[in-house]
Amino acid sequence: MAQALIKVPAQAKRGEVIEIKTLISHQMETGYRRGPSGEAIPRDIIKAFTCTYNDTEVFRAELFPAIAANPFLSFFVVATESGVITMTWLDDDGSIQKESAQIRVD
Amino acid sequence: MTVATTLVALQMVSAGEIAPADRRSDYSLMSRDNQAMQDDDRANPGMLWVLEGEKLWTEKVGSSAQSCADCHGRADDTMKGVAARYPTFDPARGRLVDLEQRINLCRTDHQHAAPLAWEDHGLLGLTAYVASQSRGLPTNVTVDDSTRPHLAAGRTLFTQRQGQINLSCEQCHDDHWGERLGGNIIPQGHPNGFPIYRLEWQSLGSLQRRLRNCMTAVRAEPYPYGSSENVDLEFYLMWRARGLPIEAPAVRP
Repeated sequence: MAQALIKVPAQAKRGEVIEIKTLISHQMETGYRRGPSGEAIPRDIIKAFTCTYNDTEVFRAELFPAIAANPFLSFFVVATESGVITMTWLDDDGSIQKESAQIRVD
Repeated sequence: MTVATTLVALQMVSAGEIAPADRRSDYSLMSRDNQAMQDDDRANPGMLWVLEGEKLWTEKVGSSAQSCADCHGRADDTMKGVAARYPTFDPARGRLVDLEQRINLCRTDHQHAAPLAWEDHGLLGLTAYVASQSRGLPTNVTVDDSTRPHLAAGRTLFTQRQGQINLSCEQCHDDHWGERLGGNIIPQGHPNGFPIYRLEWQSLGSLQRRLRNCMTAVRAEPYPYGSSENVDLEFYLMWRARGLPIEAPAVRP
């Protein structure tokens, strides 16, 4: 379980545009580097990120080796209803990490 | 003033310590994007290591099955001010130790666990976690009879030319801070933000890692991790930065 930090406002007004920030710990090994003896270091990156708002997908990103380590993604969402906002990161090896936050919308 | 005395005055100003009024954290020389990254605890990648350290703080390790918390309680209480006064003199060992070494000494002596390697993810996490408890507090190492020789040794290391490029730390960081070297702004070189998330490393790293990089850059053989030379230099740098606020974990290019 990599360390992850997410910033979702605890509350918002209905219709308000809110900013969500996400940061996750990951080496994002590009697959282009060589080790000390010249051996190829295999690629291992987070390849996809999705954000769902009460089970509706509101943001999605495909990531490639150009993304730096410990990827930081921030984006805007319209606050519609109270509920749960869930981030999902998908690694090259198929492993998944999820983090959630509650939001109260008045 | 005659021309001759003006030149002499300029000479004295350019070779030597930074004037107290000009001393500031290298945060002030960073770009605004860089500063913004450091300021937001949810965007500062260094905080990922602080979180790791927070987790390790309560983890029982070693044959003693003790965690840091078992002796030290809550870090936000007991670790306040600690990073600001390290390196300190360890009378039992008769030498100066820095924060990373202190953490490892706790592991070996009290937790009876193996020490963590330099730049190990866990050691960086613990160092970042402990150092962040001193955020905002002024750097304040103790200069007394036991540490004074180390201050002098550190100052010698700072002011001596070294490496194939034959430059001393002082020449860049006292004499030309704020100017540029190959497009990069030369910082004053204070350690108040360490351990830092360096964008070049794409990782958090220790002060000793940074010092070794600098030495490699002037094509000098860097002192090994944990060497007394590195710790003496750390001590001198912390004294040189006295009063500047701790910013760990800082973000630097």
